[in-house]
Amino acid sequence: MGSIVLRQVGKAFGELAVIPSIDLEIADGEFVVFVGPSGCGKSTLLRLIAGLEDATSGHILINGQDATDLPPAKRGLSMVFQSYALYPHMSVRANIAFPLKMAGLPKHEIDAKVATAAATLNLTDYLDRKPKQLSGGQRQRVAIGRAIVRQPSAFLFDEPLSNLDAALRVQMRLEISELHQQLGTTMIYVTHDQVEAMTMADKIVVLNRGNIEQVGSPLELYRHPDNLFVAGFIGSPKMNFITGPEAARLGAHTIGVRPEHLRVTTDGGLWSGTVGVAEHLGSDTFLHIQTDTVGTLTVRTSGEVSLNHGDHIGLTPDAAAIHRYDQKGKAIR
Amino acid sequence: MATKNSRAAARLLVAPSVILLFLWMIVPLGLTIYFSFLRYNLLMPGTEEWVGVLNYSYFLTDPAFFAALFNTLAIVLGVLLITVVGGVLIALLLDQPIWGQGIVRLLVLAPFFVMPTVSALVWKNMFMNPVNGLLAWVQTSLGMAPHDWLATTPLFAIIIIVAWQWLPFSALILLTALQSLDEEQREAAELDGAGPVSRFVYIMLPHLSRAITVVILIQTIFLLSVFAEILVTTNGGPGTESTNIAYLVYAQALLQFDVGGASAGGIVAVVLANIVAIFLMRMIGRTLET
Repeated sequence: MGSIVLRQVGKAFGELAVIPSIDLEIADGEFVVFVGPSGCGKSTLLRLIAGLEDATSGHILINGQDATDLPPAKRGLSMVFQSYALYPHMSVRANIAFPLKMAGLPKHEIDAKVATAAATLNLTDYLDRKPKQLSGGQRQRVAIGRAIVRQPSAFLFDEPLSNLDAALRVQMRLEISELHQQLGTTMIYVTHDQVEAMTMADKIVVLNRGNIEQVGSPLELYRHPDNLFVAGFIGSPKMNFITGPEAARLGAHTIGVRPEHLRVTTDGGLWSGTVGVAEHLGSDTFLHIQTDTVGTLTVRTSGEVSLNHGDHIGLTPDAAAIHRYDQKGKAIR
Repeated sequence: MATKNSRAAARLLVAPSVILLFLWMIVPLGLTIYFSFLRYNLLMPGTEEWVGVLNYSYFLTDPAFFAALFNTLAIVLGVLLITVVGGVLIALLLDQPIWGQGIVRLLVLAPFFVMPTVSALVWKNMFMNPVNGLLAWVQTSLGMAPHDWLATTPLFAIIIIVAWQWLPFSALILLTALQSLDEEQREAAELDGAGPVSRFVYIMLPHLSRAITVVILIQTIFLLSVFAEILVTTNGGPGTESTNIAYLVYAQALLQFDVGGASAGGIVAVVLANIVAIFLMRMIGRTLET
């Protein structure tokens, strides 16, 4: 009841092709995250699916039906906007009830559905307040309430957490994931934050300049990034890239090693270097190491390290976890 | 910063302008009140004497007063109705992306820059004149008898002239308000299944309510004292059919040379304007809060 298929969908604004051509299949009940740097076309792609933008070419199939030319309201999707887009003059109750009222449902049915949605989202005590009397997280929940009350075949989220502070973001992330488990409805979620993508998604779609770089589960992308872009984008801190003779020795143009796959030893090791800045996170420490041969590398070690700025150390990569890339940035497997 | 010293200095420094403004208001008001209790006729200089509330009782029992009161309210309400409804519609049109948007907006705004006497004369001679007017020409070419606007429906004619002048003002204010509507709210409503009419009623109109309030308040202030348009078109006539309170006070003072009676009329007008203001603030002022 919520499969979405994109067939060679393209979007151009005048001369500028924001999305050249995209093919993608989203199965019913999947939690799909579109992730990419700003300007990569991920929001445009979401708006194309929602029907807020017209596709220049290609077809969008929702539940097997061609929805390319359907108006937004007829597509059976609902969307949570970045600014929440609550109606400021309406109470929370009226906000959540609005789509039902527009659908012309009888009053008692609307009341029942609003009550259920409010109970799901812990909003029952706030139903008579206006949006401006709510905190950021509560507004977010109202926006989600307005989306779920219609029982759409899929939810679209457009960077919904970017206006919240860090602690609330983590909490809302959990709540949205929990909601997905409860409802089992297809969700498409747009974000530029790879942490959100990794933690929430069943399937991540990495976009860059309007093209899909790779599609896969979070761990697939982490373990086997197809190209340099995905390798650099997924994972935090970023993967270290090394070019030149060290890479050529392994038969690649570029090799990549994640910070967590580098081992620090006091002497010896494959590469030697000096310790630069150390970022202590408590559980982990990120060391920035200026090596003699392969440039600056980031290393992730345990929280308790006794290394000082300027110490000489050796680094050894985990041989099984070295990613190799050719001239064009494609992975060599 | 707000120490005792700085506050005293601040009071001292604003005092001159406050005192000047206070005098500017209180001297004319005081003199008007004083004159309203005198028999003061410019044709009989030197015979001023205290007559108590006689001027008021004459003014308030004058049949012309009730006609003028009705006409004043009719002009205010009629013009407000046309400008608010028309302004919203024009704002909705101007909000659409069209070719030559800048020029169209300038043209729409133009009537506001034409001074009242000029626009009233243009309407009187070029549009509403039963012989030479454009409207008469339209009617005769359709085979109808031309309508003599200013003679048979003078009040309606004046309402149209004044509304034409104020329409750009309300359209412009409402257009800026419309443009400040969050684009995502429109899109959310669209996704929620609201058609164009529902979007207008449930999303745009509530968003415009504050701007509409401002338009009504500002226009009411000016519309209570419409004068030039009446002077150059109908001179308040025929009879008192298009006389409003402002014009009645003028006629009392400068046509009948009765300064005392006109002063009483002026004070009555002030009281009436305040009553209207209180009603307005009660009815719609709430939307301006917070």
